[in-house]
Amino acid sequence: MRLEPKDTKSLAASILYPVGAILATLIFSSILVLMAGASPFSVFYLVAKGAAGSQFAFFETLTRATPLIFTGLAVAVAFRAKLWNIGAEAQLYIGAVVTILMGTGALPLPSYLLIPAIMAASMLAGAVMLLGPAFLKIRFGVDEVVTTLLLNFVILLFVSMLLEGPLKDPMGLGWPQSEAVDDAATLSRVVKGKRLHYGFVIAVGAAIFLWVIMKKTTLGFEMRAVGHNPNASGFAGISVNGVLMKTALLSGGIAALAGFSEVAGLKGSLSLDLSPGYGYTGIVVAMLAMLNPLGVILSAIFVSGIFVGADAMSRTAGVPSYIADVMVATALLTMVTAIMLTRFRIRWR
Amino acid sequence: MLEALDILLTSSFWVAVIRIASPLIFATMGELVCERAGILNLGIEGIMTAGAFAGWVTVYLGGDLWLGVFVAATVGLAIGALHGLLTVPLALSQHVTGIGITLLATSLTYYTYRLVLPKVTSPPKIEAFEPYAIPGLSSLPVIGEALFAQTPLTYLSFVCVALVAYILYRTPLGLAVRAVGENPESVEAQGISVVAIRMGAVMCGSAMMAVGGAFLTMSAFNSFFFEMVNGRGWVCIALVVFGSWRPGKALLGAILFAAFDAYQIRLQQVTGGVLPYQLFLMMPYLLSILALIIMARRATYPKALMIPYLKGER
Repeated sequence: MRLEPKDTKSLAASILYPVGAILATLIFSSILVLMAGASPFSVFYLVAKGAAGSQFAFFETLTRATPLIFTGLAVAVAFRAKLWNIGAEAQLYIGAVVTILMGTGALPLPSYLLIPAIMAASMLAGAVMLLGPAFLKIRFGVDEVVTTLLLNFVILLFVSMLLEGPLKDPMGLGWPQSEAVDDAATLSRVVKGKRLHYGFVIAVGAAIFLWVIMKKTTLGFEMRAVGHNPNASGFAGISVNGVLMKTALLSGGIAALAGFSEVAGLKGSLSLDLSPGYGYTGIVVAMLAMLNPLGVILSAIFVSGIFVGADAMSRTAGVPSYIADVMVATALLTMVTAIMLTRFRIRWR
Repeated sequence: MLEALDILLTSSFWVAVIRIASPLIFATMGELVCERAGILNLGIEGIMTAGAFAGWVTVYLGGDLWLGVFVAATVGLAIGALHGLLTVPLALSQHVTGIGITLLATSLTYYTYRLVLPKVTSPPKIEAFEPYAIPGLSSLPVIGEALFAQTPLTYLSFVCVALVAYILYRTPLGLAVRAVGENPESVEAQGISVVAIRMGAVMCGSAMMAVGGAFLTMSAFNSFFFEMVNGRGWVCIALVVFGSWRPGKALLGAILFAAFDAYQIRLQQVTGGVLPYQLFLMMPYLLSILALIIMARRATYPKALMIPYLKGER
């Protein structure tokens, strides 16, 4: 068998293949549900109901989608330039640490000054986190996948150290948890009485901002050019290293906002379970969105819906909620295959 | 100070070094075989998790220990086949599929674990491999016990290195694998299928990774925990670079790394809480990054690593 590039992208194929990918994911997860002794139809119904079946469920899905939009954007921006940032998890935690450092009374500023200041500082810290691996890639040819992955472990241990040391809440009854941020540093709720906070609005704003950067600016063009063919881009006079550094700044900064918004908007304080792997799930979100920033909003809501729905489902149907992770991972693999098939034709011979 | 140095002379230290190194040796050899054929396998972390569970659950459900190893290897082979399918004939981005395989293998493992043990909070232990002392050799001072009184899986890991080295450098098959990672066109010109060689290498490599994972449950911890692989897979990727894609050097790297890991645990006890324990736990990861920086400049990557081979192109 061999692959042949297609001359034209047919509209039918670019719709049919992704639909096929979702179908394949559903069939595979149905088999797993059957293994657990439950009916796939009732399980999928319960997942959908748990994700969007009530006002409460829908707001919960949007709340859980917020950090995924940020990490999804961070990955989408980086992958576009083929800078493989797998370290959004670490950048998220650094953003959260900065939010705690600045938001617990160190800066006596009113909310409208304090929040932008925290956001800027978080982004800077997250950007610096990714600059290291980007520098090592450019200067020494060290694969950034491994360095960013390893740094995830280092930063999590670093945060654990902070939470048992300088950042530990003296009133926390011995739990490794930080003090809560002040009211001035807290993002308010979008709807009174619901958990959805303004972090979601900022996330959507960030997506639009990045869409403009990627589609309408020279930097966006250069990022795509570098991602497509670094040698040709260099020959065409683009500073490949410069573009990679700018991409790293942007990607790391956006990922750090996930940590800021979770602390300032939702949790109020920092603990080691702040992120159940949002940095890694961001990779799936970005790939499902085909690296389009606006698509990231939709795919983050979709992925978050699966998680929120599966949580609700597993309480009633007795199917382990890990089915959500399996579905999301399967969707990633089938979707990248589908995207490839819209561009290539398989010849069997 | 002397206390810190005394550690190096105790037999128990070296026993621990080899025990810590064993799973890394399997997985590093597995990754090395994949990369020598031109395929980066970032599924390693997930494959190790799946192998750890497969081996453990086989024994837990009443299977023989060696059957457990066999099942783990088979699971690795199957996941490797999936990674191979996506990256070799379908030529997808090896970074993205690798991460996808890790996510899939890990979540499938946890899902299956919950199906087998729905409500258990502390997972049961199994009767794992017992150390087997080789008569005579195991009574050598300091290193005797470390090298010759380990469990059979440790011996197997050494056999694995010898086998990989022998096949890569002494057989036509190994020549083909190395050539596929350097210059696939030349291999195809000889009438050998690049796809077949790459698929085979990814599948066998993944089987080794899975056995490395199985070592954790069947020879070290005797039980399966969530997140028990804990970054060991990523460390192995660094070890392959450190070893310049050579089995012998990679083995040395794994042992050095394990020595450092075992040493920091003991140093922690000697220094007794002066420094936060997290600093010690960070060391293995920072060391891996350092190893990458030191070696990357001199390293000669397999030239076709991460470059898909599409027949008829160019």
